[in-house]
Amino acid sequence: MLRLAALIGVVSVGLFVTGCNNNDNEVTMESNDSNDHEVNDHNDLDNEGNELSADQTLIFARGGDSVSLDYASVTDGESSRVTTQIYETLIEFDNNSFDIGPGLAEDWDMEEGGLEYTFYLREGVTFHDGTPFNADAVKLNFERWADPNHEYHFAEEGYTYSVYGTQFGGFSGDEDHVIEEINVINDYEIQFVLKEPLGSFMQNMGMSYFAITSPAAFEEYGPLINENPVGTGPFKFVSWSRDDRIVLEKNEAYWQDGYPKLDQVIFQVIPDNAARLTALRSGEIDIMDGLNPDDVPVLEGEAGIQVFEGATNNVGYLGFHVDKEPFNDPAVRQALNYAIDKETLIMTLYAGLAEPAKNAVPPGYLGYNDHIQPYAYDPERALELLAEAGYEDGFEFDLWTMPVSRPYMHDPEKAAEVMQANFSEIGLTANIVTMEWATYLERTEQGEHDVFMLGWSGVNGDPDYFLSNLLHGDAIPGGNRSFYQNDDVDRLLNEAKRQVEEETRADLYEEAQSIIHEDAPMIPLVHSTPVLAGSDSVKDYVPHPSTNEVLTHVYLAD
Amino acid sequence: MISYTARRLLMLIPVLIGMSLITFSIVHLIPGNPAQTILGEQATPQAIADLEENLGLNEPYLVQYGLYMRDLAQGDLGTSLRTNRPINEELWPFLAATIELTIFAMIFALIVGVNAGILSAWKQGSLFDYMSMFIALIGVSMPIFWLGLMEQWIFAQELGWLPAFGRENPRDPIDTTTHFYLLDALIAGRPDQWWTAFKHLILPGIALGTIPMAIIARMTRSSMLEVLRSDYIRTVVAKGSGTIAVIYRHGFKNAIIPVLTVAGLQTGTLLGGAILTETIFSWPGIGRYVYEAIGTRDYPVIQSGILVIATLFVLINLTVDLLYSYIDPRIKY
Repeated sequence: MLRLAALIGVVSVGLFVTGCNNNDNEVTMESNDSNDHEVNDHNDLDNEGNELSADQTLIFARGGDSVSLDYASVTDGESSRVTTQIYETLIEFDNNSFDIGPGLAEDWDMEEGGLEYTFYLREGVTFHDGTPFNADAVKLNFERWADPNHEYHFAEEGYTYSVYGTQFGGFSGDEDHVIEEINVINDYEIQFVLKEPLGSFMQNMGMSYFAITSPAAFEEYGPLINENPVGTGPFKFVSWSRDDRIVLEKNEAYWQDGYPKLDQVIFQVIPDNAARLTALRSGEIDIMDGLNPDDVPVLEGEAGIQVFEGATNNVGYLGFHVDKEPFNDPAVRQALNYAIDKETLIMTLYAGLAEPAKNAVPPGYLGYNDHIQPYAYDPERALELLAEAGYEDGFEFDLWTMPVSRPYMHDPEKAAEVMQANFSEIGLTANIVTMEWATYLERTEQGEHDVFMLGWSGVNGDPDYFLSNLLHGDAIPGGNRSFYQNDDVDRLLNEAKRQVEEETRADLYEEAQSIIHEDAPMIPLVHSTPVLAGSDSVKDYVPHPSTNEVLTHVYLAD
Repeated sequence: MISYTARRLLMLIPVLIGMSLITFSIVHLIPGNPAQTILGEQATPQAIADLEENLGLNEPYLVQYGLYMRDLAQGDLGTSLRTNRPINEELWPFLAATIELTIFAMIFALIVGVNAGILSAWKQGSLFDYMSMFIALIGVSMPIFWLGLMEQWIFAQELGWLPAFGRENPRDPIDTTTHFYLLDALIAGRPDQWWTAFKHLILPGIALGTIPMAIIARMTRSSMLEVLRSDYIRTVVAKGSGTIAVIYRHGFKNAIIPVLTVAGLQTGTLLGGAILTETIFSWPGIGRYVYEAIGTRDYPVIQSGILVIATLFVLINLTVDLLYSYIDPRIKY
């Protein structure tokens, strides 16, 4: 016992001393080890005269882990953020917008008024497993999603490709499934034949959900494809330790010469927001997302740190159950629209990083109706409308409040309090109600609420994704939690969906928004600006509105 | 001794069955629909119905429990809904991470707590005594997340001495065989990685070990005080033994039993309490594993994770009980 105690004493003193004296920063110490890596053929200086870092490993820290790397079977952004690096789609979005350009297809034709699309595929592209990319691979991937009985659909393992169903009107055999057949013309030409035109068809082709996996990988991994991704993208999958990190390495055989510039990308999970920021400040990571808007002003003046502002691509709104009294009266809904002070909401809760919304669609989208006069903050007008509707004495209602933070709603509880105060100014009593997230989604979908708070983020840059999901009668029950149904709006949205002529589509969407504005089934609150922070050694990083961007061009400079 | 050990092991069976029923029931009381959560808010009703069918969520409660127990008896913890992989395969790295952290935290708590307690008892009424008991009082009442964030701010951000997150340097990962990183680094013959892994343990280990440290310090102090006042110590002192011999060989050996009890109980508590530390320090342990599972309503993982933690808790208590009779043969059952 004596010897043990003495040993413990010596060890503890020793630990204390070494702990205190060891000031060497781990990151710098370890980065010297990267000399073991092959030396890359980087030029030593970039265009701005910065010296390139010896270690081209980028650590991207985020709050949650990916769910699956079988991109089409999941809808969470953390999954697609990684698969975007590994996989490629036939067409690709611009690096900071949803404008489409060539991807795995170099060119394409549309014929028969939008009933036939032919894609001319890039030659000489290989998957990470060395097999060639060709038209057969494209056909196999689409058939795999569309056909629940396909050998690679893996339905029995619980895989479902719901986004495919949503974007293409269902699955093989469904009445509304829009893809009639897929014809391989030759190795590098593939034709899609549609039953009826689909306005968002090309935009869909650029969605990260519809990227192309190596057919050989399905053969090899079967249902374990979700953790063995094999694509054609700039980075190859190396390893995944759950709830910890995903490691990717440079695809040396990538078809774009000289790219990617990074040798390695590590997606690191750091769940706590404050801890993530500490890790950035101590130089352990290079980029972090989930930045608190309140931290932005502080970080902007901080040496060694840069803040990235993304493009607005979402809407946070307050929805009414339009079938329930008193919200079945449009005048009441308009009155509540006039009661909300969006500017104050944005200043207090978004640190100014949002713009007030007047439509359900974010600005910049095809057919965004900019002629609409927003319901400005005007309590007087609200009182008048309430009086006209016979509610001069006000009323009481439940304001359902989201329990979780979302990009379009950072602090839902505080937002609810601000709005509660706004409503009390016009004599209305809003009782804040909150519950667990999954329950919240379920019960709002079933219409148990009076007034609820929610939002929506875009994935393909097409207005149909917002309007049809949130306000079309067919989306009841589902995304349309306002239970709003207007036959004119439904007709306009249907027509726009089956139309490929952009100007016509734009007109139809604009008209639909005017009607929706008058009917006021919701209060569009904000379009928020996503913010990320990074070390200033990160170069050429451009956040994409879809919240996942391919890191092909990014590099690190000292 | 052997029959006692066997009896205690047999008693584990009803305890574990009871626990499995409780965890199973708790998990099924969580409101909300797992299929909806897995597929996301933009999923179609048809997709949700299909997934429920596939996952067997439509079966009645008792049928689901029966199936669960049948698999459990075969050593099958089920399949994770989130990852589609057997939990048996997934669990170990998380469990090892938590065990490593818990052991480190407990070693820290024991070294600091026991020594502070002994010194306080030896120098009862001194400034050191008052100071260490004051610190112990603060230690007991300090929220782990606050302590963790303060540690990160001071030692990672401001001083840059220690890493703020994780178990290793992601740029230079350790080859895993056992998933105990200190051991793995040695196996790989990389003392530099061992040092890195050790540095990663310090901040979360201290955050996690502070409460047991404080409790152990107070327990050691009072236990030692009692022993030091006893007649035989007076005899030993009169015989002229050195101070260290008196304290550690004669005094502490007799004061250790209540300390051991507390240490055992605290180790069990740490397993469950690790979740906050694991979140703040991005430690990929069992607490995080279960927490993530709750977020995605991964029923099998929640059930099995809690069951594994509870089993460990029971086993630690068993070990402590068995240790008593080893240390003090007078304790008979």
